[in-house]
Amino acid sequence: MSKKSTHLIAVLGALVGLLWLFPFYMIVTNSFKTPKGIFASVLALPHPSTGRNYVNSFKALHFIGSLTNSLIITVCGVLLIILCSSMAAYALQRNHSKLSGALLLLFISSMLIPFQSVMIPLTANFGSVHALNMWGLMFMYLGFDCSLSIFLYQGTLSSIPFAMDEAAEMEGASRWQIFYKVIFPMLSPMTVTVAILNIIAIWNDYLLPSLVLPQAQYTIPLQMFNFFGEYTKQWHLALAGITLSIIPVILFYLAAQKWIIKGVTDGAVK
Amino acid sequence: MKNRSLSFWLFLTPTLVALALVVFIPMLEGLFYSFTDWDGLSFTKMVGFQNYITLLHDKAFVNAFWFTVAFVIVTVIALNVIGLGLALLVTQKFKGSNFLRTVFFMPNMIGGLILGFIWQFIFTQGFSALGSALHAGWLENWLTTENTGFWGLVIVTVWQMSGYIMIIYIAYLQNISQEIIEAAEIDGASAWQRFTKITFPMIAPAFTVCMFLTLSNGFKIYDQNLSLTGGGPYNSTQMLAMDIVNTAYNASNFSLAEAKAIVFFIIVAAISLIQVFYNRKREVDL
Repeated sequence: MSKKSTHLIAVLGALVGLLWLFPFYMIVTNSFKTPKGIFASVLALPHPSTGRNYVNSFKALHFIGSLTNSLIITVCGVLLIILCSSMAAYALQRNHSKLSGALLLLFISSMLIPFQSVMIPLTANFGSVHALNMWGLMFMYLGFDCSLSIFLYQGTLSSIPFAMDEAAEMEGASRWQIFYKVIFPMLSPMTVTVAILNIIAIWNDYLLPSLVLPQAQYTIPLQMFNFFGEYTKQWHLALAGITLSIIPVILFYLAAQKWIIKGVTDGAVK
Repeated sequence: MKNRSLSFWLFLTPTLVALALVVFIPMLEGLFYSFTDWDGLSFTKMVGFQNYITLLHDKAFVNAFWFTVAFVIVTVIALNVIGLGLALLVTQKFKGSNFLRTVFFMPNMIGGLILGFIWQFIFTQGFSALGSALHAGWLENWLTTENTGFWGLVIVTVWQMSGYIMIIYIAYLQNISQEIIEAAEIDGASAWQRFTKITFPMIAPAFTVCMFLTLSNGFKIYDQNLSLTGGGPYNSTQMLAMDIVNTAYNASNFSLAEAKAIVFFIIVAAISLIQVFYNRKREVDL
């Protein structure tokens, strides 16, 4: 390619990039303004700038509490999904019968069902056994998200030769030891993918937790929704709250970008 | 592992139990309740197809259906065109192309609820400031009409998902061998010919993947809808998923909500099944 057209493409790229970053510019700059400053100009840089909005929205969002709830639910939920789905995929893949084929089809067919089609009886049932809390929520995530995870693990398992199992069995390992010590470590690249996909989905989920969690266990999105209802007309506070709530996500993204891109690609293409 | 072995079932128990309790049993219950006068706790009688007949005459549902269909058509086209455009852009060799990938994908990490709030600020405050600065009346009063609410939702979705679609196209673009492109260049093919005759046919499978992905995602959108427009003004921007939630939890009409949920399931499942058959057929053809 000629030098001139490379420059042209770089300029085009910079322009589109700026367009994409514009919303971030808007929320971050305005979150440092006073209400008067926002009223005077939403496009200008903050002058004078203030950090008070952050102090106030940090308190109003119960930020430490909701961050902790989000972390507990995401981490425990994802670990549960990884453990149970890899076990299930292993059992299904190493059993070549009509039954395992049928069970796999059952898991895959559940992916056709949208959340709204099950939510009302689901929450009614869990409510009647007093399971509308974060532990019940984690179990629900297992039910909703295990199918895609099993499907992804299945693909990787088929490339691990059966001789691995047999060798371990000859040395006297139990079925659980074979899985835990030999097979599971070999699945790690796929485990990263499964983890990434579920972390993003669970961390950002709103509707299901809003139907399940009591107020004391509110996650960041739920707290944001409540907070926003109270401060809609006070954009300086609302924007500081928004910025606070996306900081953890952006940090995670920048730290794990390589795996995130790989995970998202695997999840969509396979 | 043998069917009858204890370990086979032990390995499968947690996921099978969760799947049954969380997905299949509620699904069957919901199907049953859609034929009753269920009020969320109990029911007194079977009503046949009454809820389904009511749903056909339910203005909110019919309006939500057509609004969602229009939204899906526009976003499927926009996301694929822009997603492919971004993918072609960042796969060119220039300084900063990797950074741009990072930027384009970033909105996809943020949940739909918070994205909607971010854009609510931009549409209501940012757009009106731009509008009065540029004396462009059409930039003012966004989200207060059905039309601006519609395009608002489209813009948010495009900003969020283009980077995701871009990544899928990149995965396919990288599979095209540079040798073929160079050979065509030597034979005197122009950049446009190289794109239409080589690149485009080779990424056709990506197009199928992305089209169905954007199609079924578009039907299921809820969070952005809730936080950006809340369905307003006067429920005119309410999409299918939101109409079901509101019928159940705001209007407390649980049996009607169940009937709507079953119709919703049929639409979403049909799209996915068409995709499966289409992919099968394509694999056989190859």
